[in-house]
Amino acid sequence: MERQLTTSIQAELPVPEQAAEPPRRRARRSVQEQADRGILSTADRRRPQVRIVGTILSVALGVCLVAVGLLPLLWLLKSAITPTQDTLAHPLALFPGGAAWSNLARAWNDVQIGKYFFNTIWMAAGEWAVQLLVATTGGFALSVLKPRYGRIISGLVLATLFVPAVVLLVPLYLTVLHPPLIGHSLINTFWAVWLPAGASAFNVLLVMRFFDSLPKEVFEAAKTDGAGTFRLFWSVVLPMSKPILGVVSVFAINAAWADFLWPNLVLKDIGIQPLSVRLPQIQSSTDLGVYLAALTIATLIPVVIFLIFQRTFLRGGGLGGAVKG
Amino acid sequence: MSVHTSARSQSGTARLRIGRRHNPVTWVQRGGLTTLVFLLPLLIIFGVFSWTPIVEAVVMSFQKTNLVTAPVFVGWDNFVAVFRDPVFWIAVRNTGYFAGLALLFGYPIPLVAAVLMSEVKRMKGFFSVLAYLPVVIPPVVSVLLWKIFYDASPRGVFNTILGWVGIPPQPWIQDAATAMPSLVLEATWAGAGGTIIIYLAALTSVSPDLYDAAEVDGASLWGKIWHVTLPQLRGILFITLILQIIATAQVFLQPFLFTGGGPVDSTTTILLLIYQYAFTQSLGGAYGEATALSLMLAAFLAVLSIAYFRLTARWSDN
Repeated sequence: MERQLTTSIQAELPVPEQAAEPPRRRARRSVQEQADRGILSTADRRRPQVRIVGTILSVALGVCLVAVGLLPLLWLLKSAITPTQDTLAHPLALFPGGAAWSNLARAWNDVQIGKYFFNTIWMAAGEWAVQLLVATTGGFALSVLKPRYGRIISGLVLATLFVPAVVLLVPLYLTVLHPPLIGHSLINTFWAVWLPAGASAFNVLLVMRFFDSLPKEVFEAAKTDGAGTFRLFWSVVLPMSKPILGVVSVFAINAAWADFLWPNLVLKDIGIQPLSVRLPQIQSSTDLGVYLAALTIATLIPVVIFLIFQRTFLRGGGLGGAVKG
Repeated sequence: MSVHTSARSQSGTARLRIGRRHNPVTWVQRGGLTTLVFLLPLLIIFGVFSWTPIVEAVVMSFQKTNLVTAPVFVGWDNFVAVFRDPVFWIAVRNTGYFAGLALLFGYPIPLVAAVLMSEVKRMKGFFSVLAYLPVVIPPVVSVLLWKIFYDASPRGVFNTILGWVGIPPQPWIQDAATAMPSLVLEATWAGAGGTIIIYLAALTSVSPDLYDAAEVDGASLWGKIWHVTLPQLRGILFITLILQIIATAQVFLQPFLFTGGGPVDSTTTILLLIYQYAFTQSLGGAYGEATALSLMLAAFLAVLSIAYFRLTARWSDN
């Protein structure tokens, strides 16, 4: 499993040479490669029988994908701006009694979704920063500086990938309750979610693989020009690593936005809770229309991020999810 | 090795230092300290929040811990207590049921969808986006939205749709018999997109030459799927199967948010039980039992994965 995973990670990775190429050209070329042929040959496609069945199947596929992938989201959007009594009486009717845009404002202000929205952003930003710091400095030390004890540390990092997260749940909770050296509990502070997020073996391995593929000559040239280790890291390695930093960032922000179990445990104070923790709690006490508006607001950012960074998600997204699972 | 290369690249003075490489001053001069500074964030974060908790989990499973008095070693007591808990056996059965249903619903659908999608000439990008959309909706929002869809009254979203085709309203998550399949349905909807994307990527790497060759041998459409496509995807199909089992064995969000384990424990899963042992009011603070159960789950999954990869490796050789 280990070997299979790492090879597929390598395949998914944007290597530096490709990164220099304009992304659009790359995409078009790969589409052409796919278009060469699949299971059906060009001769197959000309046969009337195949054409008719194929058209029916592709229309059916399109209808299914729209129904499954898009309609629930559209229903959410529609219901967010529909008066509660209409949604309750005719859940599938389209605005029988007009729209209620006020749901959105009421959710943002009265239910204070605005506050929880910014809590979520703050939580995601901190997790992103910690993950990026740990992965880049650690990856740089392990794959560029290569200390003799580096192999042991890489091995220990890799090993954590095979420990299910649930094993860590209780001891991690007790660590956050009584952290070493600090002397006071981290519960109900953002540090309780930020710091454990940094221990992501997946990120470190991704960054290490990328750093390994950078040309060694550049490092030698930088050293000859008198660049110190910090200069090498900050002005040479990091600027060359933008593609992989982008991948890690998108995954980090998305994972933070999706996380529920851990923040639900350590952020008990309502004032600093993110949306994922707060939304289930307000369900019973909130007007349905306003509640659906709140759900819509919580969905907006991840969907927009996805639509902007489609390629990152569709090339490596499945893999990231698979490894976490 | 690094000592040799650096010595070769530098002048003769460096070569003299080899004999004294354990001297702290030369270690610092060679950048040993700088390397350690770069490693520090990783060592601290992994040390405190990953490596130590993993070791602690093993220790705690043999201890009685209540945060007030010092922990006491109790041998295998925690494990025995878990095995004697009737809810444990219910949770094992429910988790198995969830995993089995998830395989039934969730394993073939992404494969069929991906094969069809890969044969569509136009709108492939649009179809991929549609398939992946449920994955990017925050999981909590998905569950809460489906909880509204699952409204058991005749005016619920799904019951209205069923009404159009003449099927009577279903109780969905309100009834012990239909609760678990309802949870699996939502989990499948939320997760299928990721697997579809993996299969689509794997399908593009199937060499067109193989299809050409199969046609020369007179293979039909089904023949090509059976003898070329599926064997070429075999490796990735093996991996997604075991990854899906590992993931569904740890299902938490759906039972926790949909039903809280009810009705009458029909959706209590192993992870929910671990959570209840450790953190809920009635049982709360049974940290020993919680870690013991989590270790048993981890050990079971590890043994299962190793056995699975041994077995599939043998199949792949033939």
